[in-house]
Amino acid sequence: MDELNGLGVATFFVWLIAAVTFILALKFLASPRTARMGNLLGAAGMALVVAWTFFIRDGQLGIPDTWWIIVIGAIIGSIAGWLGAKRVPMTAMPQMVAIFNGAGGGAAALVAVVEFLRDTDLHPGEILPLAFIIATLLGAIIGSVSLTGSVVAWGKLQGVIAARPVKYPGSQIVTAALAVALLGIGVYLTVIEPTVPLFLLFVGLALILGVQLTMPIGGADMPVVVSLLNSYTGIAVAATGFVLNNYALLIAGTLVGASGAILTQLMCKAMNRSLFNVLFAGFGTGGESAAAGAEGEEDLKEINAEDAAVLMAYGKRVIIVPGYGMAVAQAQGPVRELMDLLVAKGVDVQFAIHPVAGRMPGHMNVLLAEANVPYDRLQEMDEINDDFADTDVALVIGANDVVNPVAREEGSPISGMPILNVDHAHNIIVLKRGRGAGFAGIPNPLFSNEKTKMLFGDAKPSVEELVQGVKQA
Amino acid sequence: MELSAFELLSALFILVLAAFIGYEVVSKVPTMLHTPLMSGANAVHGVIVVGAMLVAATAESPIAIGISLVAVIFGTINVVGGFVVTDRMLEMFKKRPGDR
Repeated sequence: MDELNGLGVATFFVWLIAAVTFILALKFLASPRTARMGNLLGAAGMALVVAWTFFIRDGQLGIPDTWWIIVIGAIIGSIAGWLGAKRVPMTAMPQMVAIFNGAGGGAAALVAVVEFLRDTDLHPGEILPLAFIIATLLGAIIGSVSLTGSVVAWGKLQGVIAARPVKYPGSQIVTAALAVALLGIGVYLTVIEPTVPLFLLFVGLALILGVQLTMPIGGADMPVVVSLLNSYTGIAVAATGFVLNNYALLIAGTLVGASGAILTQLMCKAMNRSLFNVLFAGFGTGGESAAAGAEGEEDLKEINAEDAAVLMAYGKRVIIVPGYGMAVAQAQGPVRELMDLLVAKGVDVQFAIHPVAGRMPGHMNVLLAEANVPYDRLQEMDEINDDFADTDVALVIGANDVVNPVAREEGSPISGMPILNVDHAHNIIVLKRGRGAGFAGIPNPLFSNEKTKMLFGDAKPSVEELVQGVKQA
Repeated sequence: MELSAFELLSALFILVLAAFIGYEVVSKVPTMLHTPLMSGANAVHGVIVVGAMLVAATAESPIAIGISLVAVIFGTINVVGGFVVTDRMLEMFKKRPGDR
């Protein structure tokens, strides 16, 4: 081991401090009260390690000759990241996270490329040390998959790419062939000869693999994919930490790799599906949706906003069930107003949040928090599910699959997914934009339930009408 | 880029222990904060910008310079965007006085 000078030792302490702030950033997310401070702490740790790395490398004080690369890159990246983060509407948050994640994965892959080029240049024709080459290849492949996979996930969430699972005949064979080719090239680069063209082919195939793995997955499952790709980028960063022998990267990457993996697991569990099923089942096809829309129109009873408002204003307890429809319509503000008015009339108003409502776990919480709904009114599924039987009105705003009783029966794609017991409420009012099926493309018998009344239209004007109705009631 | 066996093994230890910390810490985050969690974890792996800076600092060939410039841009987007967007989400979770 090399002898460390004072600055070298200090560098280790900077890494240690940064690592601790990153752990605290995640740990403080356990409560809404500490979460924001944790995030700021993590940002401070990040600023420290970035500044330190700019001025001190390998125990030597000094700005690198190529400082301008870092300064220009940092300026461009900061402006782009800042604008993206500040301008994105809360509804588009999942795809924004996907893009930021893809950028990180791309950076990890590019760092691996530069490292590989440098080392084959320094030691032409030689086999590189085993741990080094394996970590480099891992950083390159995982980072590349994360980059293109994230771009596809963004496209599907943004509606630029068809949200339905895109498959073509033999697509699984292509995926398998890609995997085998990557493995073969990887082994060749490791034990026989690390050549640059072959390495670039390796990266190119990994980029294609990212697209190939993500396209067959339906838009409804994209949040799980984003979470998984987040974990991938973490692993790629950890691999880069190995390559550069940098513990800040190693710890932060591993931390995210592990936390992303468990978060992905939690999301799958909330839908009662395995990760394998999410990734390979091609859940939610466009065709089903159209067919279901045509059939499901028969028995729906409509209600006007005034009657619905009266029903709620004179009830004892109302549970509001928000879904993606509320997010799309940006109806969270009027929903808060509705809540305030009902509470003023003495109605007990609660929100029932399904773990996968919206496009991401916690998506509804973020939106309602944006509209200043106090978070102690937001109840998780397990806490509130028994209360529906004792509820006068369940108001479903743009939610569909998470309240679909079909999930309790066998033989449906969402069978076994835990759902909100909306159908146990005395009255059910469903705000829905159109008559089609939900994102997963499955007909919903809740809508034809005899206790259910439908209020069709965009969620925002509908809720605003309800607000007017409650004022007059 | 030769790592000694000792360095390699230390890194392995750190890797395994950090994975357990990640698992434990995230298990305690409530569902309502899962979107900020995903975003916050996303910001943390933005530390890759440090790796990009390290390769940029020693880049000589035009190709290496070009690639490391893009790597620094990507890394910075990740880290700045990640923390700012997480802060925006968490800002909304603050409680108004008098609510209960």
